[in-house]
Amino acid sequence: MSVPTHSPADVAVGRSPPRVDGAAKVSGRALYVDDLPCEDAWHGATVRSSVPHGRLRGVHLDRAFDWSDVTVVTAADIRGCNVVSLIEGDQPALVPVGGTIRHVAEPVALVAASTRARAFAAAAAVRLEVDELPAALDLDAALRADALVHGDDNVMKTLRIAKGDEVERALAGCDLVIEGVYETGAQEQMYIEPQGMLAHWDEHGACHVTGSMQCPYYVHSAMKVLFGLDDAHAIVTQAVTGGGFGGKEEYPSMLALHAALLARAAGRPVKIVYDREEDVAATTKRHPSRVRHRLGLMRDGTFVAADVDLVLDGGAYVTLTPVVLSRAVLHAAGPYRLPHVRVVGRALATNTPPHGAFRGFGAPQAIFATERQVDRAARALGVDPWELRRKNALRAGDTTSTGQVLEHSVGSLAVLDALRRVAPSPRPDHEGSSSPAWPPPRDELPDVRLGSPVRRGRGIAFCMHGAGFTGSGEQRLAGRASVATRPDGGFEVRSSSTDIGQGAFTTFAQIAADALGVDGARVSVLEPTTDRVPDSGPTVASRTCMVVGKVVEDAATALRAHLLAWGRAHGLSGADLGEIARAHVRDVGEAERTVTYAPPPGIAWDDESYTGSAYPVYGWAACLVDVAVDDDTHEVTIERCVHAVDVGHAIHPVMVQGQIEGGTLQALGWALLEAVKYGGGRVLNPRMTDCIIPTSADAPKMETLLVESPYPFGPHGAKGVGEIPMDGPAAAAANALADALGIEPACVPMLPETIAAARAAREGAT
Amino acid sequence: MTLRVRLNGRDLLLDVDPQRRLLDVLRDELRLTGSKEGCGEGECGACTVLLDGEPVCSCLVPAGQVDGSEIMTVEGLGDGELLSAVQDALVRFGGTQCGICTPGIAVCATAALRREPDASAERLRELLAGNLCRCTGYQLVIDALCAAARPAAGPSGEGAP
Ligand code: FES
Ligand code: FES
Repeated sequence: MSVPTHSPADVAVGRSPPRVDGAAKVSGRALYVDDLPCEDAWHGATVRSSVPHGRLRGVHLDRAFDWSDVTVVTAADIRGCNVVSLIEGDQPALVPVGGTIRHVAEPVALVAASTRARAFAAAAAVRLEVDELPAALDLDAALRADALVHGDDNVMKTLRIAKGDEVERALAGCDLVIEGVYETGAQEQMYIEPQGMLAHWDEHGACHVTGSMQCPYYVHSAMKVLFGLDDAHAIVTQAVTGGGFGGKEEYPSMLALHAALLARAAGRPVKIVYDREEDVAATTKRHPSRVRHRLGLMRDGTFVAADVDLVLDGGAYVTLTPVVLSRAVLHAAGPYRLPHVRVVGRALATNTPPHGAFRGFGAPQAIFATERQVDRAARALGVDPWELRRKNALRAGDTTSTGQVLEHSVGSLAVLDALRRVAPSPRPDHEGSSSPAWPPPRDELPDVRLGSPVRRGRGIAFCMHGAGFTGSGEQRLAGRASVATRPDGGFEVRSSSTDIGQGAFTTFAQIAADALGVDGARVSVLEPTTDRVPDSGPTVASRTCMVVGKVVEDAATALRAHLLAWGRAHGLSGADLGEIARAHVRDVGEAERTVTYAPPPGIAWDDESYTGSAYPVYGWAACLVDVAVDDDTHEVTIERCVHAVDVGHAIHPVMVQGQIEGGTLQALGWALLEAVKYGGGRVLNPRMTDCIIPTSADAPKMETLLVESPYPFGPHGAKGVGEIPMDGPAAAAANALADALGIEPACVPMLPETIAAARAAREGAT
Repeated sequence: MTLRVRLNGRDLLLDVDPQRRLLDVLRDELRLTGSKEGCGEGECGACTVLLDGEPVCSCLVPAGQVDGSEIMTVEGLGDGELLSAVQDALVRFGGTQCGICTPGIAVCATAALRREPDASAERLRELLAGNLCRCTGYQLVIDALCAAARPAAGPSGEGAP
């Protein structure tokens, strides 16, 4: 038996102390929402539509069921504004009678009872009367306007980027134009803790909701709108949260509203915890995409122009789709020097449950297409794909597709070079040869050394990922955080940034301790509760460490200066900061410093023309995947996976490594394994049994290379890292399959049957 | 039905419906909420407990089946506030992030390393394949377990290529 011990030096920035919530989590003491003691809470359940599109005629309660101990809520019980407030107020919390049902998992009524089983039985005894309407269930149907789900053409949003000359003319001048269409499917976040929320109303008319979430202030504003509450009467607290990955960015608002509606009607606390099936069936997933891409280049490999037409399936309501589309469009040109660019992105509405945030937020879909295209270009030219990428990589001083000049922290060549250092050959079986030749001789026969015949291949991918909110987003958000004294001489960080596993609390404690000049063990991080922490902005977009961490650092620095000055004035010169803090609390009360984020200078963005500084800074990554494909079953084994990522500076290297590896595996799962299947607008495989994610036996050994090109405006040089690992690996895996089998994978996921079909098509063609 | 069990080293008599899932008895009756429900159908392993030393998914075990058995949950792995070697390693080597999978992993790994103290990293990947983790990508989990198994060797059980 032993306990984690650490010396003060181990807590400092750049070291990897045990995470602050680690002991509670490994011992089972950490309380997630379903673990919170609440003896008198009832359980809520949701009655959902069963048709993808229709008009709700009525909600009927089965007369044979005993309703005496059940609370029922419908839209008629909503006194305020029946919306789940987000970008657009188009999504109701419950569809009203006479209203339109837009997808199969749409909430229509709520029930609560003393046990879960009773609540589910009651939900099953509610009958919906619906006039079914024709539905638009996928991108093609939405484009044809088989049914109108949004506006008069199903287009939720269109965004355009134009750089340089007219793109057709630029392409006409190229030696070579690579053209392809790429499709990616929905992906389920599959956090292991399903969504859950607990709500109760107090005697002052304030509603308290506690649950699994990324963004307490999103929930807070949704509560205020629907219930007509002021700031103080909607109190939102994050419970320990079992993973989010974007999936708990906005859907928790829905659960909070539902639990609060039931709690008000029942006059007691109500808890809603989804089971896995409901979570997969109803909550948001990664947007399916289709990207048509043309890349024009010269015979010497110089990229000239890119023309990208990208569509995303937004699902039935707008939710976060315009922002996802924005990120997709802004990443569509990839990390390359391209004088001429045209990107047109459209988000379409369909009668499927809304698609939403998932790590990467539109960028992985765009990057899959770009990185497949670059690989095909390399093969067409007969050059090493690594060389081609390096030749065209953006460098400091270069201009992105929006005209942004890259000034700081441009680790593009550094990540490519780091990758090459550990994997010097373009082919896995040529490793070690001193002068790797390209193209290498392709084995005509599969490798049978291990019994079943396999073919091996290597693929790489290269990308950049904008850290923080897009354009002027951070300015608008004006995220705030505070650092305060505790009565015991310790310090407390107050922020609404949540720790969803990524380690925000530990990182904040490290950053604050460093700026205060005290031992990390003396800094605690307050549980995010909207009545006690300022709005730091949402926990999304790889912004928490880089943006909020910076604010925490500045607040801690300001607090230290204040305390030292106060100490000098009160005979405590030279005293320990904790001692001064204690004296301050005792004599004049708590000292607190709150700082608002100030974006770095020179950030100018024009939303109209889509030009300017799209992001304050970019992360850079290069990924390598080696595959072995069974020649008969087409089962894919990942034999090697290397990811070099420029993180600016790693505040906590172990947690940064964990972020990269977790994201990498999610991307490989998306690439090779994870298929959400739809039929009639419904998820056909809403369970872990058939909606599978990688296990430890599926996962490759990860080789993670941290590259540090410090970002001058991040805490200690840190920049965003949460999302970038999701961007490249799918394309790297596809490129490895191309190398191994001579196919050109054009869709995600690449399941054995997809690979077999691509091979058959290729053999048929030759 | 009254069940006689030894739970985390304590003898207990439990009056429960034999059809109830062991997971619900632990969580709702005994307030041992360290075992988590991620799927309710034996896929995720978040509910793993040891039943007579064997890791089982407590969401699949009817309470009636555990009469006369010895049960160990995550709450019983350490010694009061002290963490077990496996738990300690998971914290120190980054083997827990959101933590929802961690109790199940700690329980399963404890049994695995008890039975196969020399398990290689590759073998540990097989033994842990019933415990899904969506956060870590598993590398740091495996590193931590290798470190717990071989404290002197450090965390890099899978070695550098
Ligand atoms: S909850 Fe038991 S295996 Fe998932
Ligand atoms: S740490 Fe989050 S699922 Fe494993």
